Formats: sequence, C-alpha cells, structure tokens
Amino acid sequence: MDTSLITDVTIFVLSLLVGFEVISKVPQTLHTPLMSAANSIHGVVIVGAFLIASTAHNTVGYVLAFIAAVFAGMNVVGGYAVTDRMLQMFQRRPAPAAKEATEQGGNS
Amino acid sequence: MGAVTASIMFHFVSPSYAFEDGITLILLLAATCFVIGLHLMNAPPTANHGNRLSAVGMAVAVAATLALIAHDGTITTTGWLMLAVGGVLGSGIGLYLARSVEMTAMPQLVSLFNAVGGGAAALVAIADFVRLAGIAGAPTIAARISVTSVLDVVIGAVTLSGSIVAAGKLQGFIPSNPIVIPGGRFINLVLALALCAGTGYILSGANSDITLIGIAIAALVMGVIMVMPIGGADMPVVISLLNAFTGTAVAMAGFVINSLGLIIAGALVGASGSILTKLMADAMNRSILNIVAGGFGTGDTASVIGAGATGQVRSVGADDVAIQLAYAQKVIIVPGYGLAAAHAQHSVKELADLLEKRGVEVSYAIHPVAGRMPGHMNVLLAEAEVPYEELKTMEEINPEFPRADVALVIGANDVTNPAARRPGNAVSGMPILDVDKAKSIIVIKRSMGYGYAGIDNELYTDPKTGMFFADAQAGLRAIIAAVKTLVGVD
Repeated sequence: MDTSLITDVTIFVLSLLVGFEVISKVPQTLHTPLMSAANSIHGVVIVGAFLIASTAHNTVGYVLAFIAAVFAGMNVVGGYAVTDRMLQMFQRRPAPAAKEATEQGGNS
Repeated sequence: MGAVTASIMFHFVSPSYAFEDGITLILLLAATCFVIGLHLMNAPPTANHGNRLSAVGMAVAVAATLALIAHDGTITTTGWLMLAVGGVLGSGIGLYLARSVEMTAMPQLVSLFNAVGGGAAALVAIADFVRLAGIAGAPTIAARISVTSVLDVVIGAVTLSGSIVAAGKLQGFIPSNPIVIPGGRFINLVLALALCAGTGYILSGANSDITLIGIAIAALVMGVIMVMPIGGADMPVVISLLNAFTGTAVAMAGFVINSLGLIIAGALVGASGSILTKLMADAMNRSILNIVAGGFGTGDTASVIGAGATGQVRSVGADDVAIQLAYAQKVIIVPGYGLAAAHAQHSVKELADLLEKRGVEVSYAIHPVAGRMPGHMNVLLAEAEVPYEELKTMEEINPEFPRADVALVIGANDVTNPAARRPGNAVSGMPILDVDKAKSIIVIKRSMGYGYAGIDNELYTDPKTGMFFADAQAGLRAIIAAVKTLVGVD
C-alpha cells in the first residue's frame, strides 16, 4: 500500500474524530446554522473544481470543469452568505443598536 | 511531498518543491480556520465570528489554489475562462439564493447546497478519471485512485439527485407524502448489482471512463429511488444524512486528487452530518434504516379532518384563552411546524411581548424535530426576534412543565402525545415534551386531524386541555386582540 494513501486515511480518520469532538458541543439552538456552516465548508470542493480546470485540455474536460465550478461556487458563496444571515439573527439581542440595522435584511 | 505525486499533477514535475510545500501549509491553515470556526459555533454570541473565520480560511484556500495553478502554468486560456466564468456564475446564483431565501425555506436551500456540493465532488473524480483514461498508452490507473473515484462518484451522485428530490418535496413541487415506486426495491437491487459489476470492471484494470459515467448514472437513479418514498416529517433526518454524504463525497474527492484540504473539510462535514442524523433519528425514536426504508411519515397534518375524535373535547374561544394567559405566572409556548407553515412566528412574538409586559414568564419548548431540519424552529423564532435564551430544549423544559400555569401548543402534534410513554402504538418510545404535566393546556389547531404518526393525540382529550380551533396565524391574532381589549395594555 502506498504511503501517501496511508497518510491520507490517517488524516481522514483524525479529522472525523476532531469533527465529532467539536460539533457535539454545538447547542440545539444553532443546529441549522451549524449544518449550513458545514455546508459552506464542503464548498472547499471548489479547490478540486479549479484543479480539474487547470488540467483540462479538451471539450469534455472544459465542460466538466465549468459545471463543477458553477456548483462549487454556488455551494461556497451561498453557504457562507446564508449562514451569516442566520447568525446575525442570533446576535441581535445583546446589541439593541444593531437591531434596526439588521431588521431590513432579516424580515422578508 | 504529497502534492507532487497527486494524480492531477503527476504529469509535470515542478522544480520548486518549496512553493508547493508552502501551498500545502496554507491549506493546513485554512483547515485550522474551519475547525476553530466550528468550535466557535458552540455558543450563539461567538457563532458569527466562527462562520467568518471559516470564510477567511476558505478565501485563503481558494487564493492559494489559484496561485498554485498559475505557478504550474499548465492551465490553458480556456481553462481559466471556465474556472472564472463558472466560479463567478455559481457564486452569483448562490449569493442571490442566500439573500432572498425565506427562513421557512431554509431546509430546501441547505438541500440544494448539499446537491451541488455532492455533484461538484463527483465531477472532480469523473474529470480526473476521464483525463487519466484519455492519455494514450497510459498505465492502468492506480487502485487507490480508481477505488476512491468510484466511491466519490457513487456517493456524490446519490447526494446530488437525492437532495434535489428532498428539496422538491420541501418546496412542494414533488408531493411530500411517501411515494412508493413500484418495484423500487427490485430496481435498486439491479442498480446495485450493476454498480458492483462496473466497479469490478474498473478495478480489474480497465481504464474505462464510460463505465464510470455509467456508474454515475446508476447512482443518480438510486438517489431518486432512495428519497422518493420518505415522507415530509422525516426530512430532518434525510437532510442530515445527505449532508453527511456530501462531506464524505468531498473527502473522497480529496483522496482522488490528493488534497489534504478536501479530506479534512470533508471529514468535518461528514462528522457533523452524522451527529445530526443520529440526534434527529433518536428524537423520533426511529432507526436511520427504518426511515430510509420509508413508508411511515405520511402527508401533511390537515389531511384527515375530524377523524378520531373519540374522547370528550373541550373547545375554548379567544377570550377564554386571553384571560388564562394574561393572568398566568408562567407560560410555556410549544411551537411546531404548523406555526411556521402559517407564518405566525411574528404573532407569537407579539403575544409573548404582551404577556411579558404584564409580568408573565414566557419560554418556548423546542422539540428537536420541530421543523424541517435540525434547529429549524430556533432559526424561525430568532428571525421573529425571540431572544435565544427563551428557547429551551426538551431536556431543559420538561422539568418546568409542572410549574407552568399554561402550556400553549401551536402547530405541534405528535411530539406532545402522552401515548408515547406507553408501548404498543405508532409513537411509543418517542421522546416527547411533557405538555400534559402543565396545570392547564391550550392547543391552537385547525381541526382534530392527525399528525404524521396517524393516531389520536391523547393530550386533546385531557380534561385540562382547551382546544382553540383556528389557523395558527388567525388564532394568535384573535388572542392578541382579546388580551388587548379584555386586560388592557399600558
């Protein structure tokens, strides 16, 4: 078995454990923003989309890279933006001054 | 160093290892930001910093990748164009959706982001495999690449189609009741066998990109067949499960292109999705397998009108409710999805404000599956500016019910049914809110219709319970008006 695979698997398993440890402390109130934040983090697949664009040299490659870039771009930017919007709602209370500012954006 | 042996880059040998090592370290920095960002989400006041830190990490990762691509110089002008136009177009769509989505539609949006994340991960493996297979006279693709590619494509494609079906069910353009596909199990079996055969063929050393694409198509069909029979009430579990799938698919994509950033981020999301899946399944007292097998979560609440009114039901009017609430010391509000469906969050908040002005202590009892995704009800109430300190979890609030003068149930059903404490019925063993232990109970509900479990709610025939038959929004408006006229507000 090649060593880089072993390294990759090791990192995968350790990251899973870190994930379990960190995420099990998140309170129920924040579970929706948590999932949405996790969603934005898997948007890191945009790095993969860029790398396949960098090695594409024919039409099939370009089309696949293009679709992957659209998907990943949507995922990462939309994910962070919507998480931010939600979390501002949870911040409103302690700062009543900020309340009016966020109100226009928050109420639809 | 790992990146040099990466399949995606092995055809050029960079003279400057130092540069690539630097990029890897920067990606490690990004991964650190993700972990600390998630850690900061353990309390509402710091959560927003956490998300922003995570976004900074993401920006750093993207910038480092662009630098790496430019440094390598293998990208063509068309490649740059695809990357830039695709990235900008996707970002624009994502930003528009994120800004315009209503909080009630959040589960659909999260599903959609799961879909595109899984889809992108599958495409990364397909593009890499197609490229490797297309190199004339190339040696057999290494097993570590082909195994992870197949896993990535299968999980990614199932997530893509499954999440789109889930989003469709939540949005309502696919009926939310369980749709049993005739011969679904048989089709799934055939597809699974085809998948195994295709995988075997690829692992036997055939550089066949057509086979991989066939596997992707089979997995897409499986995703549809998997989610179609699952009912609306089970959506919190399904979304969490698909979230875990997406994370795993992204991690697999990381294996394929040997990117530590993708592996770490994918594993974090996989962990998060798995935890939430387990929490949701436990909150419904059902196994994940049982939910995926489908057939339990039926359609929407109002479908069975007037059914099963076996016991004596006491009906109350807005004035009675207003008096009871206004002269209570402690009121616990129990919101369910019916509240969100009626867009009555702001009315609840208005009523709570009125009561609090009179010195009534108001808190909210949030069942883990109140809503269509984990924590959904909390976000809906936060949008209506209910302070998060008043939102209590089931464990926190259950001991408080005996001290509550009034429990006001709005749009929640099965999660309040005391029958769950007895064995032998559809909700047996499900953790419930102890609403029946309050001194008196008011339920705002349109009819005596069943909840998702399709059984009578014994709470409604409890002598302490008054039923106020109204739509959540209209009922709350009537109560607010009655409180104002009968009791008066300063």
